[in-house]
This record gives sequence, C-alpha cells and structure tokens, in this order.
Amino acid sequence: MEPILEVRNVVKQYGDYTALNSVSLQVPRGSIYGLLGPNGAGKTSLIRIINQITMPDSGEVFLDGEKLAPHHISHIGYMPEERGLYKTMKVGEQALYLAQLKGLSKKEARAQLEYWFEKLEIQGWWNKKIQELSKGMAQKIQFVVTVLHQPKLLIFDEPFSGFDPVNANLIKDEILGLRDKGATIIFSTHRMESVEEMCDNIALIHQSNKLIEGGLIDVKKQYRSNTFEVGIAPNSIEQFFADMALNTQYISEKAGFKTLDDELKLQITVPKGSTPKELLNYLLRHGDVTYFVEKIPSVNDIFIQTVSKR
Amino acid sequence: MSLSLIIKREFNAKVRNKSFIVMTFLSPMLFVAMGCLIAYLTSVNNDVVNKVAIHDAKGWLHDELKSTDKLKYTDLSTLPLDVAKKTASEEYEGFVYVPPVDNISLLTSKVEFLSNESPNLELVGGIEDAIDDKVTKYNLKELNFDYGKIENAKAESKLHLSKFSGEESHKEGSYLKMGLGAMMGYLIMMFIIIYGNMVMRSVIEEKTNRIIEIIISSVKPFRLMMGKIIGTSLAGVLQFVIWAVLGVTLFLVLTMVFNIQVGAASNTAAVQQASQEAMSGAQLYISEFFKLPLATMFISFLVYFIGGFFLYSSIYAAIGAAVDSETDSQQFLLPIILPLMLGVYVGFFSVISEPHGTVATVFSMIPLTSPIVMLMRIPFGVPLWEILLSVAILFITFFGVVWFAAKIYRIGILMYGKKPTYKEIFKWLKY
Repeated sequence: MEPILEVRNVVKQYGDYTALNSVSLQVPRGSIYGLLGPNGAGKTSLIRIINQITMPDSGEVFLDGEKLAPHHISHIGYMPEERGLYKTMKVGEQALYLAQLKGLSKKEARAQLEYWFEKLEIQGWWNKKIQELSKGMAQKIQFVVTVLHQPKLLIFDEPFSGFDPVNANLIKDEILGLRDKGATIIFSTHRMESVEEMCDNIALIHQSNKLIEGGLIDVKKQYRSNTFEVGIAPNSIEQFFADMALNTQYISEKAGFKTLDDELKLQITVPKGSTPKELLNYLLRHGDVTYFVEKIPSVNDIFIQTVSKR
Repeated sequence: MSLSLIIKREFNAKVRNKSFIVMTFLSPMLFVAMGCLIAYLTSVNNDVVNKVAIHDAKGWLHDELKSTDKLKYTDLSTLPLDVAKKTASEEYEGFVYVPPVDNISLLTSKVEFLSNESPNLELVGGIEDAIDDKVTKYNLKELNFDYGKIENAKAESKLHLSKFSGEESHKEGSYLKMGLGAMMGYLIMMFIIIYGNMVMRSVIEEKTNRIIEIIISSVKPFRLMMGKIIGTSLAGVLQFVIWAVLGVTLFLVLTMVFNIQVGAASNTAAVQQASQEAMSGAQLYISEFFKLPLATMFISFLVYFIGGFFLYSSIYAAIGAAVDSETDSQQFLLPIILPLMLGVYVGFFSVISEPHGTVATVFSMIPLTSPIVMLMRIPFGVPLWEILLSVAILFITFFGVVWFAAKIYRIGILMYGKKPTYKEIFKWLKY
C-alpha cells in the first residue's frame, strides 16, 4: 500500500547549520509512527516542513501521493511540543476559530466540537476562558483542537507532557481510537515506553540524519544480539564457574532480571555459528535451567546504542 | 476566507477589550472634563480681587488708578505714611506710594510699590501705564498739544484678507486651520503609536502563548500578519468614527445649551451686548469651520491613518516577532518613534508658519512623516495632485516595507530565547 506520507531527500539549512541532511521517510497508512531522536536532532525541523510552516531547501514531501501543497493543511492535524492557546479567548470560540482556519465550515466545526466535548466530558467549558483552566484542562482543549477537522495525518510532538497519568491514558486511548478509524499518527517523543507500547513503526534521527527506519519488530530484529537471560541452579557452583572460565565460546555477565527463586542469574551471548539450543544443552549439563529468555532490545537500548555510537 | 477570519478575530479581540471601551467612551469625556476644569480654574483665578492700598497725598494718580473687578484700590492718603505702610503690609497685597512731588514728570522715577511677595507683573505694568499716561498727558499739555485731538487722530487698521480665488478669509480662519491641522496630525501620531503597539503586543502574545505554531500550520504567516494589521486598523477606524459622532453630537448639544444661556441672560443691555460680541466671535469660527475642505479632511484622515498605520504597524509586527517580551522591544521602538516625532515637530514649526513652504512640502511627501505633515497642511488647501502623489508614495513604501517586515516576522515568530541583534535580524532577511 502506498505510504500516506513520503519524505524524499529533504535538506534544510539555517545559515551554516544543517538541520536536515537529505532525510527520507515513508510513513505507512494507518500506522502509529514514532519519530525519535535526541534534542536538536532535527525532528522539529522535519515536522515543521511537513506542516508547511517552513519550506525545505531541497527535496520533496508527498501526502497521499500528491506533492505537498497549501490545501493539504486541512488533512493534517498538528499538536506542537510548545503549545498554547489564546488565554483571554473563550474555549468554544477559540476552537471554532482554529477549526475554521483549517477549512471547516462553522457548522461542521460546531458539530465536531460538540462530539469531542461530550466524549471528553468537558461540555461545561464552552464559555470559559483558557486562563481560567488548569494546565491539564488546557491540554485537553489542545488535543480537541488538533483532531477537530478529522485529519488523515496527525502529528503529535510530545503529546503526553503536561498530562497526569489518568488523562495521559485517556489521550492515549483516543489516539489509538483515531488510528483504528484510519488516521495515521506521527508521534515524536522521548518517552520510550510509550513508543514501545504504541508505535508500529519508528524512525530515528540523529545529528540531522536518519539512522534507523522500519517496523518496530524489524528494527528490534536488526538489533538483536543473541543474548539470553539465563537462570540456572548448578549442581556445583564451583565446577560451573570453572567450566565457564575455560569455555571461551560463551561470554557471561551477571543479569538483573527478577524471578521468585534464588538461582544464579546470568546474561549469556550466543556467538555466531552457534545456536541457542547448544547453549541450552550446555547449561542443562550443569544443572536445572529455570529461566531461558532471549533478551529483546528495548527501544531505549536501541536509541542509546545508536546515538552513543556516533 | 482565512484572512477574513483572522481580521474578524483581531477586530473582536481589540473591540471587546475593556480598555478599548474605556478609551473610546471615557477619553472624550476626560477631554471635555479637562477643558471644563481649566475653564473653571481660570474663572476662579479671575474672581480673586487684589486689594492694593494707595498713599497719594496730592492725588496725582487719583483719576488714573481706578478700581476694577479684579483690583481694588483703597486710598489711605489721610493716614500718616508710616501708619499707612504698616496697615498695607498687614491687610493689603500691595502698597503704592506716590510721593507729594511738585512736578508731575518726577512721578516717572519717584513712585514706589511695596509688597510682601514679589509683585504681580500685570499689576506693576498697570501702575506704570497709569503713570506714563498721566505724565504723557501732562507733557503734551506743557507743549500745547490738545490731547483729545491727538486721541482722535490715532488710526486703527484692519486688513481685509481674501484669497486670489475671491474667497474671503479671516485671521480666525487661520487659527482654526492651525488648530485643526495640529490636532489631526497629533491624533494620527497617537493612533499610530497606540494601535501599532497593539499589533506588536498581539504578535508577542501569540508568541509567548505558543499558539503561533498552531496558527501558522493553518495559515501563511504573511496572512496572519496582514489580518492582524487590518483587523487592528479597523478597530482604530471604529474608534475614530465613534469619536467623530460623539464630537458632533456634543458640539450640537453645546450650541443648544449656549443658545439657551444667551436667551436667559439677556436681561441687561450690557450683558446682551457682551454676549452678542462673544456670539459673533463663535459664529465667525463656525462659519470659517464650514468653509474648510471638511470632506477632504475627513477622507484624507482615514486614508492617511490607514496608510500610515499599515506602514508603521508592519514594522511594529516585525519587532513583535523578533522579541520575546515587550520589555525587549524598547531598543527597536526608538527608530519608529523618531520619524513620528519629527513629523509632529515639522508640522508644528514649519507647517504652521509656512504651510506650503519647501520643508513642509518635502516632509508631506516622505512616507514616514507624510501622514502627519500632510494632514496638518490639508486645512490650508493642498492641490489634489500633491495629496495623490503623497498617498501613492505612502502606499508603495508600505508594500516595500511589508515585504521586509513579513520576512522578519516569518522567521522571528519561531525564534525563542534570546533577544536578537540588528545584525541577526538583517540576516533573517536573507533566509
């Protein structure tokens, strides 16, 4: 299936500084796409280009197969990291204004707004001014404003910052719900556990270059190190360690996983040319194996590993 | 579509603001109240009667120093001099001592005036005039001139003023033109500063609220800027129109009240006489007022307000985009205020003395000062082609400036953190 968003060789420079160095991305339709990268990597520059806030110096962006054009703004919803609303404007009026700027008619905007206000149980806020709301409440309005015009592509920059766990969960469910209804979500965050939990695809940008892109599982496969976490109750501890010391094939270190028993916990890497089965057989010769699991690299590991390597 | 939305929002945001409502309705009242207060204070001052004692044993100045409404002379000549002096120092504001000289001409140097505080100049002048008069009359008599004849022989002229076009003009008309011109020029400066600042604040507000990124992901920054400028200028025009309507209403009400007072006070012949004189003065002003190119003045006020406001407020918008807070803006505001001040001063000093001179004409063409200077000139009658040329220059400059301002605005609104220098802003123009 054709990707909903395709970024081709986008370059963006600010004076002598290169913010994006020929970055290409493909965002699959109906996915949740995690855009990762350390601070200053170029994520915001890329997002601004997708939102047509700034223009790329070279390269192209395609939405739904069409070269990005001004009318596409009505198909994109954007919640920036630095967010805010007009403090002295009333909630309802403000939301109507912002929706109309996105191209909705006043009637459509009102209908959508009523739907969302009811869904989030904030009907009573219509005539309140933003300055009368708490930060979390204002964030809810911000979310509603972002999704009001039913965009095909939603871009959230750090969507959960500023929400308490209850509201963060509420918003997370709404995001997943929007995905299930067919929207595609690009999602830029530093909270790796939400990437782990929600994203189907990820891309990692570091120092203006894209380093990793792909399905979450595929990326993890790329980064698997054939390391196994092992719990073992050896027949003789002394003999096991002596044998391990002689054995140059397996490199082991202490592992930190948790079990209920008091066995020996190790992390052992299976070298190239060997199989996990051989490792398991080897271990079984020394005692009872109570735990044997492949160590799957977390997004966090991949992130740190990739970023610190460069 | 989106432009009209932005204009509407900006207009509403300005007009619904409490300070706008207060400014629009309260400030004319304050103006009137201030005028009344000044009039009242002046009249209070006029009511004070200065009491001055006089010791004039020979009665030299008896006929000259007459008590008036404001000044009451009390003759203490019957008392001995030192007693009179003492009384005067305790109970009177001044003491005129006319020594009993034999020769009147000696009065010019011998009369003394004593007071506790430094004397009122008007009073001193009055006494001196009285002495001069007395001595002059005496001298003339000595020289065998008939004073009455000389008085009758004195001529008093009044120039008949008119334009080459045959239209009559009056001194009062010139005063009126100066007054109106100065008022309009000053008003435009105030409007530009007040409303330009509003544009700047609104830009800064969007920046500090961080809503800017959401807005410009929906509309082009240039449109947002133009919408802001147009919406704010409409609020300004509305305020001006309200003032004009209020002013006309107030004027009508006042003339009505004035007429009623005249009717009520016409008991004595003297009062009637005085009020008729006052009326003829006022009527002269009114008739002169209606002879002015009023329609041209009103239309050109609006045109120059819009042109000048657009020009300046696009600079204000660029400044607002470049800074993070209003306090940071001061450094950049000076170059805006300077040409405005220059316009007003050129207006006050050069237009009023020579409305069609070179300085006034040149400054009424330079776009940064033309809204003020040209408006000051218009009551004196400016050829249409000059107005059109000046408006054309103004609007062409506006398009040039807005192009630069938009570039600064576009970059500036996404820049946070440090206050940019002029050098950096110049660099933004090249992005």
